[in-house]
Amino acid sequence: MWSILRKDLLLELRTREALASLVMLVVLILLTFTFALDPDGARGAAPAVLWVTLIFAGLLGVQRTFLVERESGAWYGLLLAPVDRGAIFAAKLVANLVILAVADVVLTLLLGLVLGVPVPAAPIELLLVNGLGLVGFSALATLFAAVSVRLRARELLLPLLVLPLLVPVVICAVEASRIVLSGGPAASAGVWLRVLATFDVIVTVAGWMLFEQLVLE
Amino acid sequence: MSVVEAESLGKAFGRTRVLRDVTLRVEAGETLVLFGPNGAGKSTLLRLCATIYAPTSGSLRLFGSLEREAGTRRRIGVVSHQSFLYPDLSARENLAFYARLYGLAGPERVAAEWLARVGLAGIGPRPVRAFSRGMEQRLALARALLHAPDLLLLDEPWSALDAAAADLLSDLLVALHAEGRTLVVATHDFERGLAIADRAVILHDGRVAWDATRGELGAVPEAYRRITGAVAA
Repeated sequence: MWSILRKDLLLELRTREALASLVMLVVLILLTFTFALDPDGARGAAPAVLWVTLIFAGLLGVQRTFLVERESGAWYGLLLAPVDRGAIFAAKLVANLVILAVADVVLTLLLGLVLGVPVPAAPIELLLVNGLGLVGFSALATLFAAVSVRLRARELLLPLLVLPLLVPVVICAVEASRIVLSGGPAASAGVWLRVLATFDVIVTVAGWMLFEQLVLE
Repeated sequence: MSVVEAESLGKAFGRTRVLRDVTLRVEAGETLVLFGPNGAGKSTLLRLCATIYAPTSGSLRLFGSLEREAGTRRRIGVVSHQSFLYPDLSARENLAFYARLYGLAGPERVAAEWLARVGLAGIGPRPVRAFSRGMEQRLALARALLHAPDLLLLDEPWSALDAAAADLLSDLLVALHAEGRTLVVATHDFERGLAIADRAVILHDGRVAWDATRGELGAVPEAYRRITGAVAA
């Protein structure tokens, strides 16, 4: 798993294909929201803006990590290797998580600059909310990107497959982010965080177990 | 012992049946060469043997097992149309990565040794995307062989190689055969294919149309013409 993760991060560091497109999309979507939202209501909408932007931009970035291997045929090289195919899923998940985390940091900073969202009083809690939300998103998107990447209409199919299943993540992450960003008591976000954590565990374990069957052609 | 045992093997993609009722055995240490026109199912058969595809019907035993676990995959090497290499990594980085995946000791040393064996020792840190097709094919061969597989599957291995590199590859395949490795080679090149073959199979329309023993190898081009209606290359 570590060899694959190391290789994925080295490739991303060298080409910056996924990260560059992801950050560009984050900026563009955020700017669109800035123009569309009433300045007074913008702060209140910040949690929704954060997650909608991350999810739509993230879908593109996640698919990119598979597309590079698919185009070169290296994907088959990975499948041929004597490694547990669940470990390939885990490596891809973590690599996507790292890329999404960088985009998340950029987005959170821009939210402060563009929408005037104040620095949260509880940054650790915000980190926890974002971390748990990103793990769930990354696990689900990684699993389905591995399937959709071999299809012709992959750009259309990935959002169609992933977005309906992401509803619990979106609801929990937005609600928890709203509480943390508005300076509310961190304990009141607990229930949303527990649901997020449960979702993460279920999707990650299911991904590990199902990956082999899903990637076999 | 049979390394590959296909029984009534079939593979379909949606409604398109690419392989139908293929029954075939490849014994340990044997070199089997597959001939057939484009779309005959040669690449699909190799990918089934490589555990990349799952059979739609029938069964496929590899090294006597129906399972596709890591231990089976460790014994297989594949050279395909695609190189399975990362274009943005250097030759050495690619080989070291695969050496790590196969759990080989000293991946950097293994990579350096194989670069020397395929004549790419002085290639430096250039990314693979800057390689010619021939250089990439040689590197792909090193990638497929570095873990010393018992079964080597080669899909059009001589394509895109110049005459010298193609001769080098033929010599290497003969040497691997002499070491007792099992080779399954799909090719359109009758001259080079028959030169290394112990047996030859002609695939046509997803079926085994002719299975030629060593004594019948000389008749393969004529049989190919008769079966497919094409002129043998």
